[in-house]
Amino acid sequence: MFSLEGLTNFIHEWLNGHLPATFALLAEFVLVGVAAIGLFAVLGLGLVWMERKVAAVIQIRLGPNRIGPKGIFQTSADTVKLIMKESLTPANADKFLFNLAPFVVIIVAMLILVPIAFAKAFQIWDINIGVLYVTAVSSLSVIGILMAGWSSGNKYSLLGAMRSGAQIVSYELSAGLSIITIIVLTGSLKISDIVASQENGWWIFKAHIPAIIAFVIFIIAATAETNRAPFDLAEAESELTAGFHTEYGGMKFALFFLSEYINIFIVCAIGATLFLGGWMPFHVGHWAAFNHIMDYIPSSIWFFGKTIFLIFVIMWFRWTFPRLRVDQLLNLEWKYLLPISMFNVLLMTLVAIMGWHF
Amino acid sequence: MFLKDYITDVYRATKSLLTGMKLTGYYFTHHKEIITEQYPDNRTTLKLADRFKGEVWMPHDENNEHACTGCSSCEIACPNGTIKIISKFDVSPEGKRKKAIDQFVYRLDMCTMCGLCVEACPTDAIKMRNTFELSVFDRNNLIKRLNEPGSKIREGVE
Amino acid sequence: MFEEIGTTAEGDLLINVGPQHPATHGVLHLVLTLNGEIIKKVEPHLGYIHRSIEKMCESLSYRQFIYVTSRMDYLSAHINNHACALVVEKGLQVEVPLRAQYIRVIMDELTRIASHELWWSAMSMDLGAFTPYFLAFREREKINEIMEETCGARLTMNYMVPGGVMAEPHPDFQKKVKAFVADFKKTLHEYDELITGNIIFQNRMKGVGYLSPEDAISYGCTGPVARASGVKSDIRKIAPYDVYDKVEFDEIIETGGDCFTRYQVRIKEMSQSIRIIEQLIDNIPDGDFQAKTKAVLKLPKGEFYQRVETARGELGVYIVSEGAAQPYRIKFRSPGFSNLSALDHMVRGYKIGDFIAIMGTLDLVIPDIDR
Repeated sequence: MFSLEGLTNFIHEWLNGHLPATFALLAEFVLVGVAAIGLFAVLGLGLVWMERKVAAVIQIRLGPNRIGPKGIFQTSADTVKLIMKESLTPANADKFLFNLAPFVVIIVAMLILVPIAFAKAFQIWDINIGVLYVTAVSSLSVIGILMAGWSSGNKYSLLGAMRSGAQIVSYELSAGLSIITIIVLTGSLKISDIVASQENGWWIFKAHIPAIIAFVIFIIAATAETNRAPFDLAEAESELTAGFHTEYGGMKFALFFLSEYINIFIVCAIGATLFLGGWMPFHVGHWAAFNHIMDYIPSSIWFFGKTIFLIFVIMWFRWTFPRLRVDQLLNLEWKYLLPISMFNVLLMTLVAIMGWHF
Repeated sequence: MFLKDYITDVYRATKSLLTGMKLTGYYFTHHKEIITEQYPDNRTTLKLADRFKGEVWMPHDENNEHACTGCSSCEIACPNGTIKIISKFDVSPEGKRKKAIDQFVYRLDMCTMCGLCVEACPTDAIKMRNTFELSVFDRNNLIKRLNEPGSKIREGVE
Repeated sequence: MFEEIGTTAEGDLLINVGPQHPATHGVLHLVLTLNGEIIKKVEPHLGYIHRSIEKMCESLSYRQFIYVTSRMDYLSAHINNHACALVVEKGLQVEVPLRAQYIRVIMDELTRIASHELWWSAMSMDLGAFTPYFLAFREREKINEIMEETCGARLTMNYMVPGGVMAEPHPDFQKKVKAFVADFKKTLHEYDELITGNIIFQNRMKGVGYLSPEDAISYGCTGPVARASGVKSDIRKIAPYDVYDKVEFDEIIETGGDCFTRYQVRIKEMSQSIRIIEQLIDNIPDGDFQAKTKAVLKLPKGEFYQRVETARGELGVYIVSEGAAQPYRIKFRSPGFSNLSALDHMVRGYKIGDFIAIMGTLDLVIPDIDR
């Protein structure tokens, strides 16, 4: 059976067999770095293409269809175009911060990749505060956006950055609370423990209504945190032209664009891990035979399948809903999502204490 | 009661959002009809309406004859000065001088495809053609001569 | 006239929206004075697409000047042409054949539906929803095809001539219009499901951009903008032209005065237009499509005025004639210009997002404002 675990073990043993331990570790660092960057590129190109195709199908048209079969190389061609473009720095900009901002955003996106379990025992670092690490680091991305908005010296950018700041800080609360509802059940922040706790069924099925509420709130908050429509106020094309990245062009713009899609992938991966069992196949309680059949599907396929499903849902939102207004956005968080998720944590705690979940 | 209103609000909002998602979901799963045209690829099958006003055109028959008497009605009717008729006098064998067109100059760059010239023509000598790919690299190519070289007026057209 | 764009003395932010901006749909330049997100003042700067159409018309004959008016409000080109044809007919005292009147009114209403479809899609896109664009354009395309078959063009039709219409309708005209009406009725519920009923949309529209009836009158607002404030302003009812006095339809008057009411008025108007088309399409009388007119039209000395209801409101055409083949002076009273003047009054105190919604419901066509 295909498994990524075997591959990593093989590489680890081969390196240790041929190199001193220190060099083997260094070589592994390099390999992981290259793999992470490769994943970035593939995800960026793939998700942009997917977004355009999903939009096209919903909007009764074809979408990209010229370059490559079904237009799959369209995004690569776009990237080549962006690389060729001059990356301009406006005269009024704070040059250092202006050039730093896209890298801050992309580095933050890269850092969150660390604790995510892509498949069974296929993880960069199984840190024991995995979920906390993700929530903590993901709040850094707002710094990059504020930096970009402030340093551009453009009023549209500034407005977009300020909106984004208020938005991300608020929505982190309900995202965090809905993560906590699952932590209450698992009792561990470690990603591998969370996945292992779902061996006899995913939390969304095992923990009744509170888990479903938490899942819905998480998806909404994740959409908001990644600045996606209907919460794309930081960009708000029809209001602020392009919001915080109005002044960016060429590859610097591409980094913002890429980080948006990487962030979507990451929040969806976290959502899939917490609520849909991560790489864990679809298991039902004590049906040993059924569970065994499900195990034949490789764990990486389970993980990416679930993540891509969640990404599709977020894309579905984008191509259906109009955008919220900035005060309504904050109303939604502080008057609806936050009280509901607080109550929901309470409910889930009760469920956990009484042992009402499966 | 506050709590009841609150829950009703949340319920109504969720329901309205799901209604919208149901519609887009329907279009996502029923992807048959395409509203866009695959334009450069469908050149052969592209069907334009008969009356589509693409450019002014002077039909010539197989004897290289047209129906333009050179009366200048179109030139007068044109709001933009698109048409310029340069006329000459043909001398018939009997020695009668008859007015005829030397050049029917049509400036596509000034034309707004209003169709007033076709409307004004008493002999139906000019028509609107369906062609629409009219871009050229040199703007001089937009100044056209509509009567074919060596063409003459059809017999019986007055 | 143009102050240095930056910050005002009170520390408020000045922001240029347009002439190139995704929400202005044309070359409209608005200078917003902002206190944070709150709008304190809006100042429109016009003239980016001024082509002096009124002056151009003075050098053209009465047959020729009609086509130029298609370029004013290009979304209701047919209705603009209708106004011009009517004023010339009024001056010449030509009796238009009934058949031509029927065709004109059907075409007018088709144009109105097409215009409202485009408004719906563009407004939804301003608010951040993209899918409505394609759903509305699917229906609008059918109207455009009908126009293309009969008039020969999709937007700037130039189908009207003084005394009637330019040509017989296409043989498929009735069949296609009926098919469109049936299709349109089937898809109308999608508008409600996707946008009207949506909670995000309702929250953004309700109570935003209030315009009182008094203000609507004093700013000279007409069309759906005025009717949403409860002002009776449908020219088709007040001063019926052609066969509008023979058809049954309701003038949609709501009293809300906010963006959502303006939205609803337009959506309901589409159904009324369908109602008018349904009454006329089967009863087009036989006869000429054009009255006999002289080769060179000369209006008698005097002043002539005719107003019609375009998709955006009241369009007035005022002609001063000295008895020549060209008008001595011509003036258009365009609905967009008056509606735009109420913008500053409506947006004060609202946020940037509201400003976009208010702009969307005003349904501005910039060439109509500048001319």
